[in-house]
Amino acid sequence: MEYVIIGNSAAAVGCVEGIRQRDAAGHITIVSQEAFHTYSRPLISYLLLGKTDEQRMKYRPDDFYEKNGCTLLSGRRAVRVDGTAHRVELDDGTALPYDKLLAATGSVPFVPPMEGLEQVKERFTFYTLADARALAAALEKPRRVLIVGAGLIGLKCAEGILARASSITVVDLADRILPSILDEEGAALVQRHLEAQGVRFILGDSVARFDGDGARLKGGQTIPFDVLVTAVGVRPNVSLLKEAGAQVQRGVITDVHGRTSLPEVYAAGDCTQSVDTVTGESRVLALLPNAYMQGEAAGISMAGGEGGVDRAMALNAIGFCGLHLMTAGVYDGEVYEKKDGSSYKKLFYADNRLKGYILIGDVQRAGIYTALIRDKTPLDSLDFELICEKPQLMAFTRAERAKKLGGEA
Amino acid sequence: MKRVYVNEKWCLACHLCEYYCAFANSGETDMVKALKDVAISPRIRIEQQGDISFAVSCRHCTEPLCVKACISGALTQTDGVIAIDRDKCVGCYTCILSCPYGAVMPSPQGAVQKCELCVNNAQGAPACVGGCPNRAIVFEER
Repeated sequence: MEYVIIGNSAAAVGCVEGIRQRDAAGHITIVSQEAFHTYSRPLISYLLLGKTDEQRMKYRPDDFYEKNGCTLLSGRRAVRVDGTAHRVELDDGTALPYDKLLAATGSVPFVPPMEGLEQVKERFTFYTLADARALAAALEKPRRVLIVGAGLIGLKCAEGILARASSITVVDLADRILPSILDEEGAALVQRHLEAQGVRFILGDSVARFDGDGARLKGGQTIPFDVLVTAVGVRPNVSLLKEAGAQVQRGVITDVHGRTSLPEVYAAGDCTQSVDTVTGESRVLALLPNAYMQGEAAGISMAGGEGGVDRAMALNAIGFCGLHLMTAGVYDGEVYEKKDGSSYKKLFYADNRLKGYILIGDVQRAGIYTALIRDKTPLDSLDFELICEKPQLMAFTRAERAKKLGGEA
Repeated sequence: MKRVYVNEKWCLACHLCEYYCAFANSGETDMVKALKDVAISPRIRIEQQGDISFAVSCRHCTEPLCVKACISGALTQTDGVIAIDRDKCVGCYTCILSCPYGAVMPSPQGAVQKCELCVNNAQGAPACVGGCPNRAIVFEER
């Protein structure tokens, strides 16, 4: 069996580990555009922060490929998938035949058109290890940084370079930070925390044009800067499979086992969209845990098993300068709210089920809430008051606890 | 594989399991030195409410969501035992977000901590089990 995997990040690693659960012999070829050992992309901000280094941020040990019988084609780009002839053409003119193919091509940073952007000499995206290295090099001397985008990538970047930059200004068109994961109140709390660390925010405004060394905003002010980071968002990298004729909306359409509409072609991770188990809607859930689990499910399926589990959902654990936040699911329905000091909790529930949560500050044991959402546990089967107070197994019935703590997990 | 199981009917809420855990993972050989005047951070924790109490620690799941979700590769499962490589962990807490039992927790030393069945300390067998005076915590195959 010849397996080919395009991509070398979480979904690809999940696929390798999924294949090897069932097939010890088949040969796996990994095509990696980046010339690095598999590394954790979200760790690039921790790299700049000094919390990790290039060795420790490797997603799997140095002997991963060797131990798993993988050939890594490093620094090679797949340029075409021929779904009829079952081969992948590479940028060096060679072609790889496959029996089973996984596209784990990830996302690409989306840089919106902005007037004068090409004239900005020092501009960066913040997505890959190469991006992080380049930004670190640009900040060898302390300089003024403008970050366009107050989402997860922009703010993790801000945290990462806080000690390196002489100033950081973050501009976003949205009226609050982290609009994709936080409500207004939670966003304000995190914003105050980041402002106290020295990050300046300009919200509800956007860059009209870049001229000279400044960004002129639509609202009228001019922000002088030395280094620009664009972090507006990412888009699923779907071009290979789209051109090959696979069904693609925003992301590649897959079933729960990672199968695309093309025979023997699978896809996993940020390039796909999957069915959100909370809402039942198909959407892009570009998150590392989902990517790994989709990759693993695809790998098991590629090796002849049934590996798919319907559990994709929005989940974020993230921290900024010591303040931790966790969010999950969707923010629909009735709300239980609890606030004290710098700690903030909102639970969203409807139809006797927990649908989502926002936790800021105190995030201990949040996985108990996550499990309630994922398992669609009827809320009337547990002590609602206790579960609202804090995540605890005490809220379950004695019988349920006996199952949880006494049976095989 | 052998796992730690708790039987809440036998739990006395004495919290000795927490102290044995803290001692086992302290690196100290003297229990008094390890625990006297120390705010302990055990990897097994008692939940208590009225006359109900029970200990919770890592279940070493066969389908470990914490390991699959770990963004750094710091959590691994070897021969069934889930362990944390503190050098690799950046403290993002995705594992805390993922664990259905609430059995992974922030470590006072940074990173996260969790029960490793005492395989990575000097005990060799779960100290909480040995220290439980009422056999409310056992280490066995089921």
